Amino acid sequence: MSTDTEETPPQLYAAREPIFPKRVKGKFRQLKWWLMIVTLGIYYITPWIRWDRGPGLPDQAVLIDMANRRFYFFWIEIWPYEFYFVAGLLIMAGLGLFLFTSALGRVWCGYACPQTIWTDLYILVERWIEGDRNARIRLHRQKWNLHKVRLRFTKWIVWLLIAVATGGAWVFYFADAPTLLVDLVTFKAPFVAYGFIAGLTATTFIFGGFMREQVCTYMCPWPRIQAAMMDEDTMTVVYREWRGEPRGKHRKAEGADKLGDCIDCNACVAVCPMGIDIRDGQQLECITCALCIDACDEMMVKVGKPTGLIAYITANDEPLERAGKPPRNMWKHLLRPRTIMYFTLWGAVGLGLLAALFLRADVQLNITPVRNPVYVTLSDGTIRNTYDIRILNKFQREETFLISVKSLDDDSEFDLELQGIDGHMIVVPADTTYSQRVYLNVSPDEPAATRDRTDVRIWIEAQTNGERASVDTVFNGDAP
Amino acid sequence: MARKPEPKQKNIGTTGHEWDGITELDTPMPRWWLWTFYLTIIWGIIYMILYPAIPLVKGATPGLLGYSSRGAVAEDIAAVSAKNAPLDAKIVSLDLAAIGSDPEVGTYANNGGAAVFRTFCIQCHGSGAEGAVGFPNLLDDDWLWGGDIESIYTTIKHGIRSEDDDDTRLSDMPAFGDDYLSDEEIASVAQYVLSLSGRATDETLVEDGSVVFADNCAACHGDDGKGLREMGAPNLTDSIWLYGGDLATVIETITYSRRGVMPAWSVDNKLSEAQIRQVAVYVHELGGGE
Ligand code: SF4
Ligand code: SF4
Repeated sequence: MSTDTEETPPQLYAAREPIFPKRVKGKFRQLKWWLMIVTLGIYYITPWIRWDRGPGLPDQAVLIDMANRRFYFFWIEIWPYEFYFVAGLLIMAGLGLFLFTSALGRVWCGYACPQTIWTDLYILVERWIEGDRNARIRLHRQKWNLHKVRLRFTKWIVWLLIAVATGGAWVFYFADAPTLLVDLVTFKAPFVAYGFIAGLTATTFIFGGFMREQVCTYMCPWPRIQAAMMDEDTMTVVYREWRGEPRGKHRKAEGADKLGDCIDCNACVAVCPMGIDIRDGQQLECITCALCIDACDEMMVKVGKPTGLIAYITANDEPLERAGKPPRNMWKHLLRPRTIMYFTLWGAVGLGLLAALFLRADVQLNITPVRNPVYVTLSDGTIRNTYDIRILNKFQREETFLISVKSLDDDSEFDLELQGIDGHMIVVPADTTYSQRVYLNVSPDEPAATRDRTDVRIWIEAQTNGERASVDTVFNGDAP
Repeated sequence: MARKPEPKQKNIGTTGHEWDGITELDTPMPRWWLWTFYLTIIWGIIYMILYPAIPLVKGATPGLLGYSSRGAVAEDIAAVSAKNAPLDAKIVSLDLAAIGSDPEVGTYANNGGAAVFRTFCIQCHGSGAEGAVGFPNLLDDDWLWGGDIESIYTTIKHGIRSEDDDDTRLSDMPAFGDDYLSDEEIASVAQYVLSLSGRATDETLVEDGSVVFADNCAACHGDDGKGLREMGAPNLTDSIWLYGGDLATVIETITYSRRGVMPAWSVDNKLSEAQIRQVAVYVHELGGGE
């Protein structure tokens, strides 16, 4: 044996230490099970919900139709130029996250993040197949034999099935789900569908089965960003070290009366999916999943001590508690300028979006004046301006529009002509954008013919219900 | 008794950084991260072998796959052309007047024509087809050689005054300044021409001018001055003047004549038959088509 006292130089790279989270029961675990059911349910079931929109339109309640550039969400249909709705929803999601983070810390990480949910699901499968913590540790240490191969293989197969279902569900959001499912199994689906399924299957399988806490600790940027939204009033999972220490197992031994409440059972460590010991203080790995709270409370009940040795508390309650004073009311923490501000912003964006949603018109008119050249002189001296208009018919039926024009500056008479169409009626198919070239002609003796700019308004009127839309533009004359 | 759990690696030091008493642990990187790093290097090497990579004096190493972005564009273009071939064939087979409104090829012909126009025509006719002095505006309703689609097609195909095409058309206005007419006669006929659109500046010359016009000009421009498309003789009574309608320009035109040219686009297959038809459709639909 060497008596070498020289320290080996620190390693630059370390292998992952496997973590075997133990099963735990308690109110937070219960809440997390429910959240898992709800979120996974939403994810897997949504594409299969049907919603009748009439003939010729998709009957899928939630559908991102890339080819036709439409986003369907139940009764709402979003056109590409309305992308601000999506942007608005993303802003709301962002602000919502800020709000929750400033109030409850890494609650997203602990309860709602797909990484956490799927890892939880994978650990559940792992526990069903390989047993709880101790059995899994044994299995991990044991040499490969038929038993181990069989268990591992079963586990990986189940994981893989979940992963395929996860990747598979994703693509159903982008095409009619029942049709795509048939296409997928008959190998007629587009290549990109298989590509996405393969990619998401791989990431689910690897991230949920093998990388787990490594994703949170080393790959995800969100924990680092979250730190900017937390302050002393943010709820976090804390070990009441002032109550627990000095910790000790031997309650009957001498000096046991000096011991704190922590019985050093390591239950909190055994359940932690991040493989850390909360009693070392707050650590960057902790996703505040609150499982250690459940584990510790269970122990405290068993040994007849008050629960809450590990609990959600805020940083500025700590000195109060140490001084033996009661913590402040929880509402005092929750309602503070930062959270109120986030909430106000979130609500303002939400109200704005709602207002925009209900004020949307079924008909819209856009115009692009053709400015090259600004006007054309015809042989009889008539001055012509050309415009490209686009009519957005959001009715779910073919609609005929009457187009008309009016000068806003004087009573110049404009003669409106449609390229390729006799008369002033434009027929637009259901749910489409229609482009049409329009000429405005003005005879040389009208004032608009010799004025540099005349403001005009172009109207369209739906013939079935009289809904109107207009757009203003400019007519350029041949100014002397 | 050591209560704290063993650190994963005993001799982790700190990085030596310290902020307000907070030090930073020098925790080792995860091993998979290192593997990922090696993987990217291997990927880089493979990529370097397969694709153009190392810049040399004359271009870069070609790579085993022989890829070049120029080649990729050529492939894309070839693929698109192959896809469009049936459409082009249909355009060639259709009656000219039927192309623009055909549900299958109408939009394609128009857009293809626009692309041809932007490539070959805008140099003279302008990017908006608005023309310039000496180069007709294609948006208006005045046409030297006819504004129906057949005429437009013929003009594009055979050009005007093209030396390469025997079927080309040309107008042949004499330079009246060369011994045909005296300066006085030119001045008076110019006044007459202006009077056709009600713009004479010297009414006293109009009477004389009308005689000169009847003797020299009416053969092509017509007795009423409305022009003759078979001759490419412009209408002199309207508001549109290819070279300018003021007195000085009109006198210049009469004195020296005008000889506009346009290439015959079918010669040497500069444009394919389908392209000529496409651009004819496009021009016809610009607003002045008849
Ligand atoms: S750290 Fe990132 S990946 Fe992990 S739970 Fe939080 S948000 Fe999700
Ligand atoms: S320390 Fe507790 S709250 Fe934090 S990740 Fe581990 S079990 Fe979850």
